[in-house]
Amino acid sequence: MRPFTYLRAPDVATAVRAISAEPGAKFIGGGTNLVDLLREDIEQPGTVIDITGLPLTGVEELPDGGIRIGALVRNSHLAAHRLVTTRYPMLSQAILSGASPQLRNMATTGGNLLQRTRCLYFYDGAAACNKREPGSGCDAIGGFNRQHGVLGVSDDCLATHPSDMCVALAALDATVETRSEHGVRRIPLVDLHRLPGTTPHRETVLAADELITAIELPPPPSGAVSRYRKVRDRASYAFALVSVAAVLKVRDGSVSTVRLALGGVAPKPWRAYAAERALLAAPATEESFTRAAEAELTAATARPGNAFKIELARRTIVATLRDLLAEGSAA
Amino acid sequence: MVEIHLRVNGVTRSLDLEPWVSLLDALRERLDLTGTKKGCDQGACGACTVLADGERINSCLALAVQYAGREITTIEGVAHPLQAAFVRHDGLQCGYCTSGQICSALAMLAEHRAGAPSAVTGDPAATGVELSRAEIAERMSGNLCRCGAYNGIVSAIQEVAEMETAR
Amino acid sequence: MTDVQTRELPAGRTTGRNVGRPIDRVDGTAKTTGAARYAAEYPYPGLTHAALVHATISRGRITSVDTAEAAAVPGVLAVITHLNAPAMKPPPPVSPLNLSTLVSGTTVNYLNTDEVHWDGQPVGVVVAETREAALRAAALVRVGYRELPATVDFAAGQGDARPEKSSPIQPGAVAKGDAAAAIAAAAVSVDVRYTTPPHHHNAIEPHATTAVWDGDRLTVHEGSQSIAWMRSHLALRFGVPAAGVRVISPYVGGAFGGKGMVWAGTVLTVLAARVTGRPVRLALTREGVYRTVGGRTPSAQRVALGASADGALTGLIHTSVTRTGRVGGMPEQVTSASRHLYDVPNITLQQATVPLDLLSNTAMRAPGESIGTFALEAAIDELACELDMDPILLRMRNEPARDPVDGKRFAHRMLREAYALGAERFGWPERTPRPGSMRDGKWLVGMGVATAYHPSWQFSANVTVRLAADGTVVVRCGFHEMGMGGATAQAQIAADALGVPFEAVRVEYGDSDLPTGPAAGGSAQTASVAAGLLAACEKLKRSVLALARRSGDSPLRGRRPHDLQARDGGLWAGASGPGETYAAILGRAGRASVEARVGSDTRAGEILGQAKFIAKFLRDRRRWVKAACGAQFCEVRVDSDTGEVRVSRWVGSFDVGTVINAKTTAGQLRGGIVMGIGMALSEETLLDPRTGRIMNPNLAEYHVPVHADIPPIDVHYLNEPDPTMPLGLIGVGEVSITGVAAAISNAVYHATGKRVRDLPITLDKLL
Repeated sequence: MRPFTYLRAPDVATAVRAISAEPGAKFIGGGTNLVDLLREDIEQPGTVIDITGLPLTGVEELPDGGIRIGALVRNSHLAAHRLVTTRYPMLSQAILSGASPQLRNMATTGGNLLQRTRCLYFYDGAAACNKREPGSGCDAIGGFNRQHGVLGVSDDCLATHPSDMCVALAALDATVETRSEHGVRRIPLVDLHRLPGTTPHRETVLAADELITAIELPPPPSGAVSRYRKVRDRASYAFALVSVAAVLKVRDGSVSTVRLALGGVAPKPWRAYAAERALLAAPATEESFTRAAEAELTAATARPGNAFKIELARRTIVATLRDLLAEGSAA
Repeated sequence: MVEIHLRVNGVTRSLDLEPWVSLLDALRERLDLTGTKKGCDQGACGACTVLADGERINSCLALAVQYAGREITTIEGVAHPLQAAFVRHDGLQCGYCTSGQICSALAMLAEHRAGAPSAVTGDPAATGVELSRAEIAERMSGNLCRCGAYNGIVSAIQEVAEMETAR
Repeated sequence: MTDVQTRELPAGRTTGRNVGRPIDRVDGTAKTTGAARYAAEYPYPGLTHAALVHATISRGRITSVDTAEAAAVPGVLAVITHLNAPAMKPPPPVSPLNLSTLVSGTTVNYLNTDEVHWDGQPVGVVVAETREAALRAAALVRVGYRELPATVDFAAGQGDARPEKSSPIQPGAVAKGDAAAAIAAAAVSVDVRYTTPPHHHNAIEPHATTAVWDGDRLTVHEGSQSIAWMRSHLALRFGVPAAGVRVISPYVGGAFGGKGMVWAGTVLTVLAARVTGRPVRLALTREGVYRTVGGRTPSAQRVALGASADGALTGLIHTSVTRTGRVGGMPEQVTSASRHLYDVPNITLQQATVPLDLLSNTAMRAPGESIGTFALEAAIDELACELDMDPILLRMRNEPARDPVDGKRFAHRMLREAYALGAERFGWPERTPRPGSMRDGKWLVGMGVATAYHPSWQFSANVTVRLAADGTVVVRCGFHEMGMGGATAQAQIAADALGVPFEAVRVEYGDSDLPTGPAAGGSAQTASVAAGLLAACEKLKRSVLALARRSGDSPLRGRRPHDLQARDGGLWAGASGPGETYAAILGRAGRASVEARVGSDTRAGEILGQAKFIAKFLRDRRRWVKAACGAQFCEVRVDSDTGEVRVSRWVGSFDVGTVINAKTTAGQLRGGIVMGIGMALSEETLLDPRTGRIMNPNLAEYHVPVHADIPPIDVHYLNEPDPTMPLGLIGVGEVSITGVAAAISNAVYHATGKRVRDLPITLDKLL
C-alpha cells in the first residue's frame, strides 16, 4: 500500500470541507473495496478520510411512506431492518445475495454504490485497462470476458458494475442524496453511474468532492410482488453472471405495474426500460415476458466469452417474472 | 504513525501504527495474536474473521485505525462450546480456516437469534426461521475450507444451536 | 521448538482396540483455540519481512533493474536482485540415487540469472522491517526486459506434445492387442474427447517461510509435505552440511500437493536471511502463491470404447496430452486408472506431454487419476447410454479378475462390494434411466455414478518408539500433518501395538531433526509410517521382554515374543496368562525408559533404506496391483431456466482397507469429494493464452466450493484389510477425489441430456 494521510471526520461538513481541500483524497467507509484497491495499488489517494463516525446510520420512514437510508448504514443492518424486510423484501434479498456476511457487516450503503468492477484486467497492474489507466487499451477484449457486460459497454471497456444492492435500488426508483461544498444534490440512482464510452475511468456523475449522504426510496408500488434473482457460478459468495430485480403487479390478466433491472450485464445497474415498456398493459403471459426480455436485449452486444449472458439474461428475466406471476396469483 | 488503543479480548492495547496497517496485521504482527489467519488478504476467504462489537468482520479489509475503541474478539478470546463441537464433529482438518469459522459461527448464531434473514430464508420478513443445514451453510459461506470439512462444521454449529435453544 | 501435543495420562484408562475408533484428532484443541502456530507465526527477535518482485513477461532477459525508489522506502533493509544476489548452487539434476533431487520446484537458480522463464518468476526480493514496507518497496522495483518468443498456449501447443516413455515408477504406453480395430468392429462404440483446465491447490494457508541463520546452521519454519527433502535441498543450494539445517513444520495449513516441492519463496527467504543476517519471514500473498507455486496441468484426452451388444468391452483407447513447464514439472499419469479398471482384451494407452514457457506443473490431489477418471468414467457412462444399459451393470459386467494389462493379481479389490453398498445407500434402483425423466418442479434431477481408483503406495519411514517407566510412549518420526490426522492415527496404532491406552501415546512429527519420515504424497504416509512404527513396536517389546527375562522372578521368564500379548500396559502370556506391566519390568530393571528404532538417518543408513525400499517396491510391483477404489454416487439438480447445477446428494462407498480412525478417515474422504465437486463445477485457473499470465490469482475469481455448494456427504467404507499392507490399511487422501467429476457430469447428462466434456461444468455450457 502507498502511504497516505488518515483523517477522521466528525461531521458531514468537516468531511466535505476536508475532501475539497485535498485533491485526490478518498472517503473510506467500510473499506471492503477501497482497502483491497489500495493494496493492489489501483486506488492511490494521498489522503483517506474516514467517514464512519458521521451520523448517517439511520433508516427512517418518510412521510410519503418511503424510506430514507443513511449512507453509512451497514449492508447487513439494512437487509435485516424491519422497514426493508417488510416493505422492500427485494432489497433485502439483493443485499443478502451479495458478498459474505462478514463483508456485509462492514460495507456501507453509500460505498456499495461506488464499488468498482471485478474485471480481471482492471485488477492486474500488468494488463492494459482503460479504466485503470486511460488510453492504455483493454485486455479484456480478446481476453477473458466471460463476466463482462453485454449492455451499455463500449469498445474501450466491457466491465460490469458488481453490486447486487444497486440493481434492486434501480428497480425501486431510488434517489441518491449528496453533499458538497456547493450544497445538497439529489440524483436518481439510475443516473448516478455513467456508461463507459471513451472515458471508462469516469464511473459516476459525482464530483470529486461530493459525499453520498443518503438513499431514498419512494413507497413500494402497492399490491405488487417483487423478487431479486441472482445467477452465479457458486451457490453463494460469487458475483452475479446475471441478476434480475423485478416488481410486478397484474390486474385482470394484464401487467399493470412493472419495474425491471438487471445486474451482471452492464457497466451500471441496468434499468430495463425497453422491457418495461413492452410489458406494461400486456397480457401477463410467458410470451409477453419473453417478448419483453427480447426487447431489452436486442441492443446487447457480446464477445465470444460472454455471448451466453444474452440468453441467460433472457431466461432469467422470463423465469423471474413467471415466478412473480405465480406468487401474485397465489397471494 | 498514529497511536491507537485497540481493545482486544477485553484488554486495551496501545499501538503506534501506520494508518495503512490492517487490523489483521496489527493482531498478527504487532500483538502476536496469530490465531487469526491470513488466507487471501482480500476478503475472499474468511480466515481472518474476528468480531468487532460482536459482529463478524474480515479483519484483512479493516484498517486497524478505524477500529480504535471497538471491542475486538479474536479466537484467543473465545471460550465456547462450539470449539469442542468442532473437534467432536471433525469440523476441521489442517486448522488454518478454523479460527475464522468459529468466530464467524459465533456471530452467525447471534445474528440468527436476533432474527436476521439470509439469502435462503425466502421471505426476509419471516420470523422464527429454523436454523436448518441449508441456512447454516448459506450463513457460513463467507468462510472457505479447502480441506472440505464443511459437513462437520455445519454439524458442529447445528448441535450447539440446538443446545442453546434447549437451554 | 517442536510444537507437539502432550497429554496427561489419565488414571484408570483401560487399553483395547483403538484402531478403527472415531477418536478426536489430537491437535483439535490447539486448532480450535488459535494456539497452533503455522510457518509465518514464529516470533524471533529482530525478525524482518520479505516480499517478492515478479516478472511480468513469460520469456526473456532482464535488461535493467532500478531499485532506487524501493531502497528509499523507510524500513527497507535490502533489495536483492540478480545484480547483487550471492551465488547459490543450482538445483540438482534428478538422480534416482538421491530422491531429494525430486523436490526442486523448478530448475531455475533464482536471482542468479538474468533469464526469465515464466510470467511470475521472482526477479527480486525485498527485505524490510515491516511487511507493509517490504510489499510497498517490491512494487517500486522497476525491471526492464528484452522479451523473447514464448509458447504458453496449451490448446495451440498440443501438436508439439511428445509421447512419454515408461519409467519404473511411471508406466507409460500400453499396447495390448489392437484396440482401434476392435473398436471399429464393435457392435457399439463411443469415441470422445474431454478437456480439463489448469487447477490450483488453494490451501487456505498461503506458502510461508521463516528462515534463521546461526553461522552455517539454518532453521526454517515452513508448511511442507517433504521436510527431509527440503532440508537436503537447502543444504545443497547454500553449501552447508545438511545436519545443520532444520526444517520445522508441525502444522501445515493445507497442501494437497502444493507444498511437496521446494518453490522459489523458500529458497529466497533463506537467501534473504543470509544476505541481511537477520531472521526473515516471507508470507506469500495469495497472488504470490499462484505466480510461484505450480498447479495442476490442463489436459486434453480421448477415450474410445467398443463393446458387444451385451456390454462386454472389446477395445479401450485412452490418450492424454498434458503440459509441463520448460523449467520443470512432471507428466501426469492420466491414463493410470484405465490400465486397471476394465477387463478389455484390446487396450491402447498413451500419455503425451508438451513443455511450455510456464511455471512447472506439480502434483495436486490425485495427479493424473483425478482428471483421468473424469474422461474414462464419463466415457463409460456414454457407452452405457449407447448400450441402453445400466452404467453400474456395464461396469460390473467388465470387472476384471486380474489386472487387464499384465495379468497380475490384485492385492485387494472389492469394487463390486463398494458398488453394492453404495447403490443401496444411495437408492440407485429408484433412478429412471431416461435423461430428463426425473424432474422436480423447475429442477431437472439427475443421478450419476463413477468409479474411484487410486494406486496405493508405501515409502520407507524411520521411527523411534520410547516407552517410559510410567507407561507413557513417545513415537518420533518426521512425517507431516496437513490435516489428515496423522498423529492421531499413529497414536492409535502404537497404543494397540504396545497395549497401552491411546492417551498414553504422544507422537512427535513435523521436524527434520526427528527420524526421517516419508514425504506426504501418493496417499502413502499413514501406511508408510505405520509399517515403521509397527516394526519399532515389535523391537521394543522384544527389548522389554529381554529386560524381564533377566530378572529371576518375572512371570515372563522363559516366554518367547510370539507367546505374548501386549495389553493393559504390559506383556502377558495370552488372554488370561501371567504377565506384568511395563512399569513393573522397567522399574525392576532400574530403567527410566526403553527405546527401539527402525531405520537409520546416517548417509549409509539412508542409502540402505532407499535400496531396501526400492527392492520392496519393485518386488511388490511384480507381484500385485495395489489400489484403493470406490463408487461415487451423486444427485444433481439443474435449474431448467438458468442451467445452474447444484449437487443435492452424495454417497461415496470406498474400499480403502483397514480404517485406522473412523472420524478422520470420513473427513478425508469427504474432503476429496468436496474438492472434486469444485473441479467438476467451478474451478479453473484462467491463464491468458496471449501472455502466459494467470488472470485470476485469487480466491474471489478462482471458485473453490463454499459451504452452500456442499450437501451432506454420506461416506461408507468396507473396512476389509488389504493383506499386503501394514495393518491392511490403504491411503485415503486421494481416492476420494477420483471419479467425482465424472459422477457429476454423468448426473448432469442424466438431468439434462447434455454431455459437457469440458470442465468445469458451468451453466453457460448447459444453456
